[in-house]
Amino acid sequence: MDVFSSLGHGFEVALTFQNLGLAFIGCLLGTVIGALPGLGPSNGVAILIPLSFSLGLDATAALILLTSVYYGAMYGGRISSILLNIPGDEPAVMTTLDGYPMARAGKAGEALAISGIASFVGSFIATWGLVFLAPQLVKVALLFGPAEYFALYVLAFATLGGISSANQAKAAFAAALGLGIAMIGVDGQTGVPRFSFGTVHLYDGIDFLVAIVGLFALSEVLIFLEHRGEGEVHGKVAIGRPVASWAVLKHCTPAMLRSTVIGFVAGVLPGAGASLGSFMAYATEKNISNRDKTFGTGDPRGVAAPEAGNNAAAGGALVPMLALGVPGSGTTAVLLAVLLSLNITPGPLLFAQHPDVVWGLIAALFMANVMLIAMNLPLVGIFARVLLIPPRFLMPLVAMISFVGIYGINGSTFDLYEMVVFGMLGWVLRKFDVPLVPVIMGVLLGNQMEANLRRALTISNGDWGALLHSPLAIALWVLAAVGFLLPIVVGKRVKARMARAKGELAEAMDAD
Amino acid sequence: MLNIRLPGLGRGLALAFAASALLAGPSTAFEPGNAECIAPAAPGGGWDFTCRQVGKVMQDLKIIPGTMQVTNLAGGGGGVAYAEVVSKRSKDNNLIVAASSATATRLATGAFPGNTMEQMRWVGSIGADYGVIAVAKNSPIKTLPELFAKIKADPTSVSIAGGSAVGGWDHLKVLIAAKADGINNLRSIKYVPFDGGGEAITQLLAGSVQAFTGDASEAKGFVDSGDIRVIAVLAPERLPGAFHAFPTAKEQGIDAVGANWRGFYAPGGMSDDAYKFWVASVKKVYASPEWKKVMEQNGLAPLDLDGPQFEAFVKKSISDIQTISKEIGLIK
Repeated sequence: MDVFSSLGHGFEVALTFQNLGLAFIGCLLGTVIGALPGLGPSNGVAILIPLSFSLGLDATAALILLTSVYYGAMYGGRISSILLNIPGDEPAVMTTLDGYPMARAGKAGEALAISGIASFVGSFIATWGLVFLAPQLVKVALLFGPAEYFALYVLAFATLGGISSANQAKAAFAAALGLGIAMIGVDGQTGVPRFSFGTVHLYDGIDFLVAIVGLFALSEVLIFLEHRGEGEVHGKVAIGRPVASWAVLKHCTPAMLRSTVIGFVAGVLPGAGASLGSFMAYATEKNISNRDKTFGTGDPRGVAAPEAGNNAAAGGALVPMLALGVPGSGTTAVLLAVLLSLNITPGPLLFAQHPDVVWGLIAALFMANVMLIAMNLPLVGIFARVLLIPPRFLMPLVAMISFVGIYGINGSTFDLYEMVVFGMLGWVLRKFDVPLVPVIMGVLLGNQMEANLRRALTISNGDWGALLHSPLAIALWVLAAVGFLLPIVVGKRVKARMARAKGELAEAMDAD
Repeated sequence: MLNIRLPGLGRGLALAFAASALLAGPSTAFEPGNAECIAPAAPGGGWDFTCRQVGKVMQDLKIIPGTMQVTNLAGGGGGVAYAEVVSKRSKDNNLIVAASSATATRLATGAFPGNTMEQMRWVGSIGADYGVIAVAKNSPIKTLPELFAKIKADPTSVSIAGGSAVGGWDHLKVLIAAKADGINNLRSIKYVPFDGGGEAITQLLAGSVQAFTGDASEAKGFVDSGDIRVIAVLAPERLPGAFHAFPTAKEQGIDAVGANWRGFYAPGGMSDDAYKFWVASVKKVYASPEWKKVMEQNGLAPLDLDGPQFEAFVKKSISDIQTISKEIGLIK
């Protein structure tokens, strides 16, 4: 087949000593960057752009380095999610839900191993998807107009209730809070600033990373301070064996495969990205297989699903970026900028005009993926040892990394103040048992949701019927209605079981 | 053709400069201690590109001693950097700041609260990305007058997608052209903002909108693949390369030019000697063969303005933008 000879050619391009070395460095740096709270794939790649230019790398080599960082960060994000309950990057938020309870139950090693394997499965299959489906999936992306995007975001929020094991009303409140925070900044539709109080710093809105690090990391530090260390937030966790048994892996395989498909599709949709991928993967898996109500309390499938989902989304997000020049996520937006500055215009003709770059890149993705799993499984033990550090040392470190990481993004002290405010907000919300993930979802999706609604209405001259004008839109609305109503209908039975598991659950609550 | 302008002269200048560097006696009295370029956005964007590429050429040509330090000072669409330079670094002789049409647009619409263009010295331009208006390849609309005739007949029937916010540069370009064609009710034109040109073109291909407004560089990949048809280029003359086949708006009787220029400003309190040095340096970069190559690779078309000439150009574009923004009710 034509694809295989192209791919073979790609490996010829990629398998040079220099490119292998770059992929290795990229994977290592990416994993570390992903693991550090506050540094995610998009700023990781952004930080290394100057490096790749100053090294004078050609287009293929530069892309291999940067996409290795991208894939590496997707792997690394899970580490701090599981060990510290602090997502290392945006898409790893969902991994905290079951990963942290597993770590608290002494199965940190197992959680890291499962999530590592899930990451491998997700990105391996997604890379094949990129090879075969790129031209076809581009057509699917073309079915999505503003009305369809709006329906998709409604679907994401409608299924929120299924995500959080806490009070539904609190989840709704948290989502509304997130949507409200998303409104801050210049309105992209009219160019008019909203809720910026005349401060030029608020014109760009709230940086997603600032919010996430404040809400998750700083509030963790505040809670530690509140208990003055006597609570030993992380202290008693035993690592457990740093491998996963075949039985557990087999148990997780269907979850991984389903999540890979969901994540890949979410990645392909421009603007949706890895966060939506891991979110949808987790929500779906919880709806399908949560028979024993173990999700949220340390179910290995709850770790496998979001990790397979977000790594598959990373591969998926490259499809529209390469094939249409439309980034599928924040990180691919950064990569797009790199491509353009290397005089490569992504778009329908990229595969024909720059086969070396495209196939070399795809071959490098396969290599990076193998390197990452090889690197991540044996190193699991080393990463897990982070937990042995007593909180009185770890928490100052978390605070330090948070401040340095956030300052590093824009070099702005205003961001630091903003982060402290979010830290206090997170502390208050935790006191009231309000889940934090819906807040983040609101901040993340709010602008896009609003923009697409307004675009749809502008195009239709204000006719709301336009939101239901295509079969795809109608299908998404139906799914949203089902996703919203189902937990309410079956909610009573869930509550009864939750009452039984309450002892464990109380601990898991703060994982939300 | 525009891109064959003075390659010989450029080389000559570079040689002349290399010679003067050898003699260690450049004509300007000022020499920057440690040159710095502020990119008022995160790494990877257009302003970052401007600083890094120009900085690199200045280094390679030894126009500046040592390296150009690039500082990313993101926020407020450039407003944070603008305010910082005004308040804290207004006398810095070693500093230049990347700017573009977006800077002028925001100054015009008051998006940098309390800041005006008079607070800076405007150094020069290093090229421009001209505007294009395009339709899908199977669209019945073939020319720009046809598009505007359709809007005149029924403004609700045409949605135009672009990559900037309402009142942003992509929007203004269409309005400039529409105004030149005699459309008076600019507010009736339906503009749908997307996050970047690529997304807007995708929606054009998906059939959600009828036309696209953006920069030539954004449209290039889709022009090469034949998915979109450019119905007008908003440049004074036809562009070189792939865009040569497409007529300008001017050829179609609509006298409108929309250039997304790239250039620099410097602190308002900079000494005259330093200002002269930077104006001359940017000019040298522009004239160099190295820069010609960067322009060609990145789809930048010629726009060669410096010093007072550039300042007048920015001033005029700000007042033009203000006029149109008032007409559409964006500012009072």
